[in-house]
Amino acid sequence: MGEQRTRPSLGTRAEVAIIVCGALAREVLALIRRHGWRVDLYALPAVLHNTPRRIPEVLAERLPQLAQKYRKVIVGYGDCGTGGRLDALLARYPNVRRLSGPHCYEMYGGEAYERQARERPGTFFLTDFLARGFRGLVWRGLGLDRYPELREDFFRHYTDLVWLAQQPDERTRQRAEDAAQRLGLPLTVIPTGYGPLEERLRYLIEDWEPEDVSENKDDTPPP
Amino acid sequence: MAGFEVTPFEDLPEELQELYEDMQDDLYEGLADQVVEGTRRALAMGRSPHEILTYGLVAGMDIVGEDFGAGRLFVPEVLMAAKAMKAAMEVLRPLLTQTGAPRIGTFVIGTVKGDIHDIGKNLVAMMLEGAGFEVVDLGINTDADTFIAAVREHNADLLGMSALLTTTMPYMKVVIDRLKEEGLRDKVKVLVGGAPLSEAFAEEIGADAYCEDAAVAVEVAKKFMALKRAETTPQ
Repeated sequence: MGEQRTRPSLGTRAEVAIIVCGALAREVLALIRRHGWRVDLYALPAVLHNTPRRIPEVLAERLPQLAQKYRKVIVGYGDCGTGGRLDALLARYPNVRRLSGPHCYEMYGGEAYERQARERPGTFFLTDFLARGFRGLVWRGLGLDRYPELREDFFRHYTDLVWLAQQPDERTRQRAEDAAQRLGLPLTVIPTGYGPLEERLRYLIEDWEPEDVSENKDDTPPP
Repeated sequence: MAGFEVTPFEDLPEELQELYEDMQDDLYEGLADQVVEGTRRALAMGRSPHEILTYGLVAGMDIVGEDFGAGRLFVPEVLMAAKAMKAAMEVLRPLLTQTGAPRIGTFVIGTVKGDIHDIGKNLVAMMLEGAGFEVVDLGINTDADTFIAAVREHNADLLGMSALLTTTMPYMKVVIDRLKEEGLRDKVKVLVGGAPLSEAFAEEIGADAYCEDAAVAVEVAKKFMALKRAETTPQ
């Protein structure tokens, strides 16, 4: 699967691995650098989101090795449309846990996302990643380059385009405006920074301790 | 069903078999104009709307569904095929009504309140119509009152609910609870679907089935109707 790995930690081997969706990789890497965390980072292609059922399949191939190699493994996905299948997979590994939350919009937007989704259900959301990759991941991913007549089928009920902006810059803004033009929707920018993602990641890296299963091999719960 | 049985495909004249196979290929490629033209040609040859639907359209969509499930086709291609089928159905629908073609059950369907996503729901609705169901499509953002009223008005056999958002899928339980309150729950089978759903969720909210995709929804709906017929047929 075109997996890419970066090593923000140098020197001694990291005890923690993060295997992250490509749609979050840049931001997670920025947070790792900001906090100086010693972790190994693995990234999977964001295009898996176009077929969410593939996400647990691909992770099922990667986790046995990672769970054995590292003291703890953090999965940088939400449920992401896997219908609980991802959680069912992760439940098999006591030292593997995913970021809490349904998807990256909520992880970045938090309350602002929830409010927008509740008050304007016809909102199509962008993150920095999606704004930059809109033409490839969304436009071509939905076949709109080949079948422009499908735009109506996909987007007729949408009323708003909201860019949940992590690090807004002029180039990404232009991409978001291009997306708005293609979709024929008004663009609103909500600067979110890294939102709840930062604290959720910090908790998993710094505070969360996996159960030591080696001391409970008979599955007897501790007293 | 007497009078609506279709001739086995292999017993059809070769020219007609070729026409239906061409229609299936055109449908697979999402060529709406060609599928409509094939439909008109078959009608001009005196074939029944039910036969054209069965061999020209439903058989084609079955291949589309199979290849989608196997990962050989993707959502845009499936939607193009569905649009082609929809165009042909515009020609066939009035004729199917006129000829009293068999309806195997009535299916009320909608996307739940707070949710505007309808791609999957539309596919399911069309596949069900092709399979011979009377489909009452309530559209998007459908509240419990609307579902209940439609089930009652159309004496529905099945109710299908769709949601794409984790925030809207719990509303399915609201509808199911209302069905119970209104004394309708035993009269209608409830099917649910949508990306964030699962078997476990369907079970938890008291639905009768979780349908992973449109093809599964049609199969499950047919199975429920067969069971219903078996239950109501005197031994």
